[in-house]
Amino acid sequence: MEAEKVKELKKVALKLRSNVLEMVGVGKAGHLGGSSSLAEITAVLYFHKMRLNPKDPKDPKRDRFLLSKGHAVLIQYAALVELGYFPREELKKVKTLEGLLQGHPDMKTPGIEAVTGSLGQGLSIANGMALALRLEKNPARVYVIMGDGELSEGQLWEAAMASANFKVDNLVGIVDYNRIQATGPIKEVFDTGDIPAKWKSFGWHVIEIDGHDIPQIAKALDEAETVKGKPTVIIAHTVKGKGFSFAENSAAYHNAALTEELYKQAQEELRKQGELL
Amino acid sequence: MMIKLETKSLREAYGLCLVELGKRNKNVVVLEADLGKSTRTVLFKEAFPDRFFEMGIAEQNMASTAAGFALAGKIPFYNSFAVFASGRAFDQIRNSICIPKLKVRICGSSCGLSDFGDGKTHQSVEDVAILRAIPNMTILSPADAVETVMMMEAMLDVDGPVYIRINRNDLPIVTPENEPYKIGKIWELRKGKDIAVFATGYMVKKALEAAEELSREGIEVRVLNVSTIKPLDTKAVISHSKGVKGIVTVEEHSVIGGLGSAIAEALRKEAHPPIEFIGIQDKFGTSAKNYEELLEAYGLTSKAIADAVRGMAGR
Ligand SMILES: Cc1ncc(C[n+]2csc(CCOP(=O)(O)OP(=O)(O)O)c2C)c(N)n1
Ligand SMILES: [Mg+2]
Repeated sequence: MEAEKVKELKKVALKLRSNVLEMVGVGKAGHLGGSSSLAEITAVLYFHKMRLNPKDPKDPKRDRFLLSKGHAVLIQYAALVELGYFPREELKKVKTLEGLLQGHPDMKTPGIEAVTGSLGQGLSIANGMALALRLEKNPARVYVIMGDGELSEGQLWEAAMASANFKVDNLVGIVDYNRIQATGPIKEVFDTGDIPAKWKSFGWHVIEIDGHDIPQIAKALDEAETVKGKPTVIIAHTVKGKGFSFAENSAAYHNAALTEELYKQAQEELRKQGELL
Repeated sequence: MMIKLETKSLREAYGLCLVELGKRNKNVVVLEADLGKSTRTVLFKEAFPDRFFEMGIAEQNMASTAAGFALAGKIPFYNSFAVFASGRAFDQIRNSICIPKLKVRICGSSCGLSDFGDGKTHQSVEDVAILRAIPNMTILSPADAVETVMMMEAMLDVDGPVYIRINRNDLPIVTPENEPYKIGKIWELRKGKDIAVFATGYMVKKALEAAEELSREGIEVRVLNVSTIKPLDTKAVISHSKGVKGIVTVEEHSVIGGLGSAIAEALRKEAHPPIEFIGIQDKFGTSAKNYEELLEAYGLTSKAIADAVRGMAGR
């Protein structure tokens, strides 16, 4: 990937974080941690890799982006608004009766592909979509993002077996491996063991990357496209709360309210990161 | 009361009582699914780390594991948001827990619309309906923190499975502290001869407010807190239905299958006055910026109750 492109996508990721911050706002709860850990992955998917048609969100040829970890929907809204799926004013009205943007993915929002939020269901939905696309000989691809805490849901492993059983290769799983769940570090709360080995033993092609490294993300997504006859999962090592010093590697901002001071500090930190680009 | 209560938070009261039950009975064990900071099982975890089992985000596994604990002589309390504790693990509740009538306690936290921001995937509008349909299940729905404590104190003695529905937000106290409590009893919180209002959870407070207002208009409303939805005190329901001009049921739950349905079922063989259901009208929840605004959007207000009562009283 050219340096210019990398820089552009870094700027996008920063913009996405800034949109997330705007939606989290002051004094109301918001999933900052698990949204910001996905900024680079979301940037590369929406602004580089996926075939999209923002003018026709239901275009059958579009690639699909699903957040199985639906609580991180703020990062998806952040991208969709930049692509013009809905007006910017909606960001301020997130999680209100007047607004379009619900606390978790909802079908009334253009660009949202499925209802998620009850953890563990996204990969099953993605399998169904991918199998339907295959039947239709539709080349569209399905990208589904799972949380590492979410991996303790049994249904995900039922789905993982199904993907392998049906040799679903038009679907890419991405694990946001930030090592933290809602109430603390995965190692301490509920240790899910050797995640890459688990996926391998379930018959998946496994790629491990730094989930904040834009060229690595792009390369992994390209590699996934060349894998035939089995599903691919990208285990993306990430930092929960990435970009916000007070939230990094912490469960405290999994879903929390920001004070006025922290909000200002967060804005300032993003501004500084922008200057460095 | 079992603990000295200094909070209006039902979940805090629940967590504190868990600890107290843990002290009283060494067979009490607690299972959690990564929401312990919210359900307040963290308090039990701190007090009794050996009897606390963090099960990860895996509610179905948690439910059947609780069954195993109960079969081996323990009294497990398993916890999650109401929507996941009930619906996600429905088949496990039915088969592992309710068929063998095991002493498993299920805490459905952040029930109803009380998790106002998170929206429909996190709001439980049908948990009572689905669990009420399972034989052997007891369903408790406290109106405030005081009643939560009373229920927890009585909880170990109940035979078979119990589901307790816990609101996420601080609620005003309506329960008289010094009256004896018994699971299964309907509390008459306000006397009134004209209309009987059967309410549960936070809606009891809304009904009391409506009754105040209506009293000034000369309509006397009897307010009944039905905090044990199952087994329902059918005798009391029937006796309260006699002599009034109308019956109103109020719940932060779908009008299909919840308290309203239970009251109507109880009265089906009796001559009874008309019944009006106030509840969620066969809809999912939605995100809102605060709890009261959301309740208002769903018609769960004292005004809605007062309007329904006026209609029945012929005003
Ligand atoms: C079935 C279900 N159980 C519980 C929850 C509550 N919940 C929301 S996010 C979360 C933790 C998720 O952790 P992880 O998958 O690691 O997400 P991330 O770190 O990426 O935010 C929990 C327990 C839920 N949404 N769905
Ligand atoms: Mg995580």
